[in-house]
Amino acid sequence: MNHSIILSITTFVYAFASVLYIGSWTFKKEVMAKTGFFILVTGFIGNTIGIILRWIESYKIGYGHAPFSNMYESLVFFSWTVAALYIFVEIKYRERIIGVFATPLVFLAIAYASLSPSISDKITPLIPALKSNWLIAHVITCFLGYAGFAVAFGFSIMYLIKPIELNTESRTLENKGGKNQINSLFAKLPPLDVMDELTHQMVMFGFLFLTIGIITGAVWANSAWGTYWSWDPKETWSLITWFIYAILLHLRMMRGWHGKRIAWVSIVGFMAVLFTYFGVNLLPGLHSYA
Amino acid sequence: MTINNNKIKSNNLFWNLFKSIKLTVVVLILLAATSVIGTLIPQNGTEQFYVQKYGEVFFKLFSSLDIFDMYNAWWFVLLLIILSINIIVCSIDKLQTTWKIIFPDKVAFNIERFRRLKHKEEFESPLNIEDIEGKYLSFIEKNFGIAVKESISIKDGGDNNGVADVAIFGEKGRWTRIGVYVVHLSILLMLIGAVIGGIWGFKAFVSIPEGETVDTAFLMDNNTPVKFGFNLKCNSFSVKFYDTGQPEEFKSNLTVIEDGKESITKDIVVNDPLRYKGLSFYQSSYGIDSAKNVLFKITSKESGMTYSQKMEFGQTIDIPESGGRFTLIEFVHGYNFRGHNLGEGFIGKFSENKSADNKLPKDNALLNNESLERDKTDKEKPIQDKENSEVEIYIPIKFPTFDKMRGGAFAFEIQDYDKKYYTGLQITKDPGVWYVYIGFIFMIIGCWITFFMSHQSICVEIRKKAERGCNIVVSGTANKNSQGMKLKVAKIAAKMQQI
Repeated sequence: MNHSIILSITTFVYAFASVLYIGSWTFKKEVMAKTGFFILVTGFIGNTIGIILRWIESYKIGYGHAPFSNMYESLVFFSWTVAALYIFVEIKYRERIIGVFATPLVFLAIAYASLSPSISDKITPLIPALKSNWLIAHVITCFLGYAGFAVAFGFSIMYLIKPIELNTESRTLENKGGKNQINSLFAKLPPLDVMDELTHQMVMFGFLFLTIGIITGAVWANSAWGTYWSWDPKETWSLITWFIYAILLHLRMMRGWHGKRIAWVSIVGFMAVLFTYFGVNLLPGLHSYA
Repeated sequence: MTINNNKIKSNNLFWNLFKSIKLTVVVLILLAATSVIGTLIPQNGTEQFYVQKYGEVFFKLFSSLDIFDMYNAWWFVLLLIILSINIIVCSIDKLQTTWKIIFPDKVAFNIERFRRLKHKEEFESPLNIEDIEGKYLSFIEKNFGIAVKESISIKDGGDNNGVADVAIFGEKGRWTRIGVYVVHLSILLMLIGAVIGGIWGFKAFVSIPEGETVDTAFLMDNNTPVKFGFNLKCNSFSVKFYDTGQPEEFKSNLTVIEDGKESITKDIVVNDPLRYKGLSFYQSSYGIDSAKNVLFKITSKESGMTYSQKMEFGQTIDIPESGGRFTLIEFVHGYNFRGHNLGEGFIGKFSENKSADNKLPKDNALLNNESLERDKTDKEKPIQDKENSEVEIYIPIKFPTFDKMRGGAFAFEIQDYDKKYYTGLQITKDPGVWYVYIGFIFMIIGCWITFFMSHQSICVEIRKKAERGCNIVVSGTANKNSQGMKLKVAKIAAKMQQI
């Protein structure tokens, strides 16, 4: 078994998990979300094994580097970080169904890696600029940041789609100890303030790791090129993303913004993340390799 | 700050403007929006490039707004200055209140505040208050660090069935309220570092051929020479490639020579610069400077014999078959032949033996004087001394049969040679980098505290029940992450139930 077979299977496992989560939302069946969670964990294990095998294979070929050096590897790792973070959140906050919009992102990233004709899954050697211990620290922290924002984005979409009237109903049901009303989907869904709080938590998680990612990148740039900041498009876009989430945090903590308004800012922020990740490759700059 | 001071401040327009969060948000939006421009319009290009790309009108408009170097433009710097003042004023303004919370004269707990909380955990215990209060107190102390036991006053409904009810308060993380100020300080440190680097630092470039020594580099901005204060020698440069053709490693071996003595020698590669006396030397580029150990193949037209000859620059050899003398003069990067650049090659001087003179073809003069013009115009033009029939010839590396076209008695071609590289080094001096790095550390620590640590307080209210045992209510609050605190209260209550 080589890594690419395992990662292809993982893609389908993630697809199945997404379908189950979406199904649990559409057909109002909690059991589907429960199953979805176990399928997601299975996919995550496959994803982990795939990454490790690719790492080992690169050593066997003689290139010997961590699998974080091109678009294919970064997308596979992006899936992994989003899945890891989502699994952690579901376990920690004991809320199901919140994966409706987060799990499809896990699937889409790895599917894009496997299916896009412009992304090669060949293991290639490392160019001199990437040969540094900072590579692993920089990539892992940046992607944890992206993952935090991705999950926050999923929660924000859920927040905006969830009808408000039904939420008040779910709260009253909860207060009455409405556990017998199992058939009502919205009674199952976490109340809006929980979604709001979770979005905020994810944004803070993402912000911390984006910050560390930018910092490790700056320290690395200083040791490789002699300057910690050179306004290269990728650097600049990561800073733009950082500004947007800094705005979100200030609006929330200092101006008391919450709910829908924060959800919209979080969506705008995630668009900036996507541009930092994919769009910048269209612009010239030092990050042209990844 | 005294009250008097505060009054002055609240009347101060400047202070009120800069303590506003709205200003922060506006400045951050402007910074984000304008930063996009610099990623779409290439920065620091040549005038020619911009005129060609955007046309004369837009070129003038953009350059009047400093768009082509926007991250150093006055308006971008102004935004950063406004942000800095905003951060300072906001922090000072808020810190006055926060400081009083972090270091209160007396920590006071208000039971009403906890009773008003929406979320509470309630359970019953068969034991009496005096049997459990001690256990609960030490449990809360273990989990929160600070715990106090107070009797609930009658005013607060404390006297229940003749026994005074008890409340246990616990709290931790009062100091974590400082986190956000650490983040703000870190941003200021980074900006200070950037300013220091901008004023006292520089970026320069120098290329050193293998074996040569330099003591000066040239600023990237305006080519001004900068002295290192010591000599730097490039002993060797090497480049390695993978079998895919991708570069694997660029490596220069450098020696610092100070006061005539070698002080250090180091191999530098792309991610591992040489740092010496505040200067850093980075592997930045490379190129072929010249060649060494050049192996010539000399073919005699008459006999058809070929001879191999290894040569160094300046060396003169006798051509076999008494053909004359050949001197290897120099290496050239390019050579213009009838409008085509034939690329890297060697220049040599060939004094043909007189007996061979009459065999020269008619267009020899044309070849040497008109069409062949070396790139280096500052050097003398090819000479042809008719008496000795001395010609300067160009022997390209890429086209081995080129010299045969000259039609001479002997044709020269390059069989082999070793490249002599030059290494391109970027030299930076940045005394501000340590401020920036300390800023980085503060930023990470500050964000961690601000986001994931909070000032949490908990209240355990123990009330005696009518007959036996007591009723326990656990509630808690935190200045951040209410969801997390809710779960924590539930966990604490569950554990207390088992005590």
